[in-house]
This record gives sequence, C-alpha cells and structure tokens, in this order.
Amino acid sequence: MPDKSKSNSSSNSFRIKVGLSEMLKGGVIMDVVTSEHAKIAEDAGACAVMALERVPADIRAAGGVARMSSIGMIRKIMKSVSIPVMAKVRIGHFAEAEILEELGVDFIDESEVLTPADCEFHIDKHPFKIPFVCGAKNLGEALRRIGEGAAMIRSKGEAGTGNIVEAVRHLRMIQSEIKKITMLRFDELMSKAKNLGAPYELVKGIKGTGKLSVPLFSAGGIATPADAVLCMKLGAESVFVGSGIFKSSDPEKRAKAIVKSVIHYKDPKKVLEASEELGEAMPGIEMSTLNDDQKLASRGW
Amino acid sequence: MLIGILSLQGDFYLHEKAFDELDVSSIEVKTIHDFDKISALVIPGGESTVILKYIIEERLEGKVIDFYKKGNPIWGTCAGAILIAKTVSNPIQHSLGLIDITVERNAYGRQVDSFITEAVTVLPGGKMEIVCIRAPKIQRVGKGVTVLAKSGEEVFLVRQGTILASTFHPELTDDRRVQRYFLSMIKK
Repeated sequence: MPDKSKSNSSSNSFRIKVGLSEMLKGGVIMDVVTSEHAKIAEDAGACAVMALERVPADIRAAGGVARMSSIGMIRKIMKSVSIPVMAKVRIGHFAEAEILEELGVDFIDESEVLTPADCEFHIDKHPFKIPFVCGAKNLGEALRRIGEGAAMIRSKGEAGTGNIVEAVRHLRMIQSEIKKITMLRFDELMSKAKNLGAPYELVKGIKGTGKLSVPLFSAGGIATPADAVLCMKLGAESVFVGSGIFKSSDPEKRAKAIVKSVIHYKDPKKVLEASEELGEAMPGIEMSTLNDDQKLASRGW
Repeated sequence: MLIGILSLQGDFYLHEKAFDELDVSSIEVKTIHDFDKISALVIPGGESTVILKYIIEERLEGKVIDFYKKGNPIWGTCAGAILIAKTVSNPIQHSLGLIDITVERNAYGRQVDSFITEAVTVLPGGKMEIVCIRAPKIQRVGKGVTVLAKSGEEVFLVRQGTILASTFHPELTDDRRVQRYFLSMIKK
C-alpha cells in the first residue's frame, strides 16, 4: 500500500473531500430507498445514489421525526452498486455522522429533510474523513457550512414538493450575492462578511475567484429534465433528484432522461429528445399551500 | 492546437482550467462532431459507469478508436484510465482497450480510503504529488507499456505509444508536469 500519511493534514484531508465533489460534477445524484432502486439509478447513469428509507415526499406525508436511515438498508445499497453512496444525517447530529463514517458511506448529507437534532449548531465537519454536503438558501448560509467543513453545497429548494421554484430562488440568490462580492472593494469585504454572517476569509476568496470554494449543486423540487436543465443553466454543477424519479410513473425512463439532459443541458435538441414520452411526473405541491412549519428549507442556522 | 476534453460527466472543467493555465485552448467533447477540431483527447475523472454509458449512447466508441488509430494522443485520468484499459475488474466492465494494462476499480476501497501520497517519476522536477479519489489500481502492466510514476510497487502513471493513463488526478494539484508531458506527445 502507498504511504498515506500525507492525507492526514487538515488541508489535504479537505482537498481529498472536495476531490470527490469535483468527480461528481456534471451528473445526477438520485434518492433510492431499496437496492433495486439503486440498481435502476446506476443503470440509468446516476453518478451517485442517496440511500434513505423514504423519499422526501413520503417523509413529508408521514410526518413525525425523520432520522438517519437504518444501517442494514444503507449497507445493502452500498453492496448493490459500484458508484458512490451518500446517506443523510439530522442537522447537528454528529453521532449519526460518526456511525455513517464507520459504516464507510462515501458522502454524508447533513440534511434539512430529516428532523433537526440541534436547533442552534451544525456538525463540525472538519474532523471527519468523509465529505459532507449541506443545503443553503443564500450565500451566508453556504459560507457558514463551508466554514464548518462542508465539501459541497446544494441549494435547499423545497424537498418532496416536485416544485422547482424554491431551488431557483436559492440558486439565484447565491449567484447574485457572489456577483455582488466580486464588485466590492477590498475595504468593503469585512462589513459584507458581518452582514452575511459568513467567515471573512471565505468572502475574500469569493472576491478573487467569483465562485464558492467547493462545488455548488442543486436539490429540492427537481421533477423533470427541464427542471434539471434550468438548475444547470442557473449555475448548478450537478443536480440531486429526490422524489422526482421514483414518485413518477416510469422511474427508469425519467432517470435516464434527466441524466441525458444534464449532460447536454446546453443543447435544447438533446433535451427535447430526452423529454419525449416520459409519462407522468410526480404530483407537485404549490408553495402557498404549505404552512411555515411544513417548509423544510427554513431548517438550518 | 486544440485539446478535447470528453465532457460527459466528471471534473472536465478542472482539466480545461489546467490547460488554460498553460495557455492551451481546449473544448468540451460531447458528440462525434466535436472530434473534427481536436488534436488530442483527455478522458477525465468522474464515474466510469456513467461516462461509459454515454460513450456508447452517443456512439463515441468507434470515434475514439479511430482518433487513436490516426495517431492522436489520448490521456485517461482515474475513470478515464479505467475506460481506456485493456481489461477492467471489480466489477468486470467493458473498456476501449487502448493500453495494455489491467485496472481494478475502487481498488483502495471507498471514499474514506482516498488518499494523497508522493511518487517517484521519470518526468524532471522531483517527486510528484499523487491525489487518489476512490481510485482504481493498475494491477498489470503489459509489455510495451512504460511506467512513468510509481511508489514502491504501486504504479500511478503509464504510457504506451500515444496513450497516457494516470490513476490519480494531476488536475487537482498545482503541478502541471503531466499536462506538459501530454502536450509533448502531440505531433507537431
């Protein structure tokens, strides 16, 4: 075996984590609840799967407390596919995260889709060897999560609704706040960091590069190939599809169509081809019919 | 001179950026038509299952092989190395067979086993940083294949004729020696 001691410094450990985020770019990460689903997702061209007990639409319908999925079920999915497997933990629940690290999942989603375990603090993600992805509605939230060690940011959207409007809002918000920072003078950055509630060094980094220091993906409400393309065109580098595939009438076909559309998102002709005869999309929920306490995106601090 | 980066899935953007730093232009290759303009091809890291699926779907396999037969250089990194290998294991998977090596997928384990190490290389400039992300391992090196970087028995960078394969990610480091070496393989 090669000498891996260089992997242990905190900067190299972070590089290794962000490295996997980079490899997942230009792809589709699909929620799956069984190993059969996982196989369908892999065969359709998913670049990773998210193993969970219930897709967000069902979590929404079931109510109650949503926790980390059962270990047996995650393990079965890990055995059934060769692509990376992600799994969710509750916000702030570092003990669940330690279990998933021990299990060896490839990515942990500290997710607002599950019931938060801590209403004040997120997990300190730096000490973990497994990379984390976290949701964000705006730039301040994204940078706080990166400050805590997240190796990937995704728009939160509003999971389990099949409604893309919130993901669009969050992506546009993050992008426009990034753009604003690039136009600021250096002496304006500290105040900006204060107002965003974000680490100064990360704000300064954005001034230089015009982008987040980790990949930005999109999640929450993607139900059609066109939804996925919309997110990619608004600057997402990959998409997560939760309920949108396995709550549709023909999951296999829809999964393939969304992958093809993400690959060719700049080519409407290919997206049209992919969008033909897909059957019914998942039923959607209009935002105004949700009470504030039913909106998952407001979880996270 | 235009480099084509196969851009079906993965970190193709980082490859574009790396060549950009060397003032070399590159384009994203997604369809057969994109091959007309390029003089070398990079197959990036990503998920080999996804990239393979869309190589077939987009009918690119024959095109890549033709491109190779015309003497143009091709470089596969990580997933790309899997795709151009003669044989692939764990699990057995179809590949383009452009370089006589056997590659084992996810050979070091899962993401928790991803690592950074150093290798000795015949490229000038001393040791090379090796970043391996859920990396494959070169289990067999055929006759006619030259090893360009290794650490102990572990082989990370190989070449056979116009084909270059690396199991690690030079594009995730600041070291541009592999990119420069690849550029030197292009016929003038």
